[in-house]
Amino acid sequence: MTAALAIVGIGIHPFGRTEGVSGRAQAVHAVRAALADAGLRFGDMQFGFGGSWSAGDPDTLVSELGLTSLPFVNVANGCATGGSALLSADAAIRSGTHDLGLVVGFDKHPRGAFNTDPASHGIGAWYGETGLMLTTQFFGLKIQRYLHTHGIGTEVLATIAEKAFRNGALNPNAWRRKEISAAEIAAAPMISHPLTQYMYCSPGEGAVAFVVCRADRARDYCENPVHLSGAALRSRRYGSFEVFSPWLAVDAADSPTVEASAAAFAQAGLTPADVDVAQVQDTESGAELMHMAETGLCEHGAQEELISSGATAITGNLPINTDGGCIANGEPIGASGLRQVYETALQLRGEAGDHQVPGDPRVGFTHVYGAPGISACTVLTR
Amino acid sequence: MARTVDDSLFTSDGTALLGSRCDDCGAHTFPRQSGCPRCTGSSMADVPLHREGTLWSFTIQGFRPKTPYQGPDEFEPYGVGYVELPGQLIVEARLTENDPDRLEIGMPVRMEMVPFRTDDAGEPVLTFAFTPVGRS
Ligand SMILES: [Zn+2]
Repeated sequence: MTAALAIVGIGIHPFGRTEGVSGRAQAVHAVRAALADAGLRFGDMQFGFGGSWSAGDPDTLVSELGLTSLPFVNVANGCATGGSALLSADAAIRSGTHDLGLVVGFDKHPRGAFNTDPASHGIGAWYGETGLMLTTQFFGLKIQRYLHTHGIGTEVLATIAEKAFRNGALNPNAWRRKEISAAEIAAAPMISHPLTQYMYCSPGEGAVAFVVCRADRARDYCENPVHLSGAALRSRRYGSFEVFSPWLAVDAADSPTVEASAAAFAQAGLTPADVDVAQVQDTESGAELMHMAETGLCEHGAQEELISSGATAITGNLPINTDGGCIANGEPIGASGLRQVYETALQLRGEAGDHQVPGDPRVGFTHVYGAPGISACTVLTR
Repeated sequence: MARTVDDSLFTSDGTALLGSRCDDCGAHTFPRQSGCPRCTGSSMADVPLHREGTLWSFTIQGFRPKTPYQGPDEFEPYGVGYVELPGQLIVEARLTENDPDRLEIGMPVRMEMVPFRTDDAGEPVLTFAFTPVGRS
């Protein structure tokens, strides 16, 4: 299918910790940067879709940006908030309702692991009280099973994080900008065996915004538009292994990633083999490993060779998480998925600077995955 | 029976976990629930879960969780696993073993009730955990 939506302006507020700057202020910064990139004013925007988990209602940004009466919709969909906002914009444009608008995601989380109330997930208080309700723990359990099933050693987990910090060091908008060796990563305190402290991303801050328009008018605003050729969101099926599960079905089912990725590629009329640069959810090292295969970028079990041979490095033939991913950027929930799209847009425009993938990339892929078992994927082209 | 972390999780004699089984398709859940996540039916019956199974995956919780965790202030890393109960489901539980070198996917494990914390009256509060079979 021909893309309906084009990204004609991109803006970001650096990720990490910005003391004294609210999440909303970071969002305004990103929006203004995106508008300037497109050569437009907020008054030109016909609609807005915005998401934030804990930094305020996105629609209240209009008090800073301008009171123009535009319809502004708040999107809240866990880790897929950004992807859902972009999908909503795609639908608004595809339907013919609007031609030009804004997508924004931002967040600002306190330090430390996310604190979750079992009741909000429909689970009894005992689950949290006895120490079973931790996302960090889930990832340890999931990767342990995955490594066992596919005969992969644990050493590759440190190699993945090492690459994340190496790429982050090249990205001026990243939070973690210092390289850390695989040996140091492996020797860091064990958070949830076999995952150490440096293999996990941390909750953080940041904002990303896009000006989007009808694909057939993109050249009016921008010389190098990026097209949303495929986009899909999926929730879990019976039998998939998701966070905060007191029990699992014996009959295993594919993760929502598998279905979201396949649907996005089908819509784009492309396959994973066409991808020149990919950003996949790396909440921790093991997530990148699993998602490489679940998205279809490689076969299950092939990751170890790809990672250790450098194929997933910026200069490899399957560059993954070229901006340092969640591990080097942190995870501000509302902004995280849009950060992947921002990085892909930079790559396709050839503007990624020190972390630019060589060879004039034309097809990019993004993937988020999170609680309570959702995934959003996009295929971006130019 | 001693105080448990939640009596509704257990059979009335406190010796097994209490789950649900779908009358229509046979799917199991834990804890009990009124609807079937597989066939979307709503006819579920209580069923005791097997006490013995095999370790399906495991990790070691390396830091003291924040609230709502209610374990003792003095933290000791604890094992957490998923245990496959044949023909029923895979249940998540604490493990009595916290050394990853002594745990292995596929090993036989058995459910037992273990003291998890002490309440305000000084009485132990019990929860369920799985322990490797054939080890002391
Ligand atoms: Zn059923």
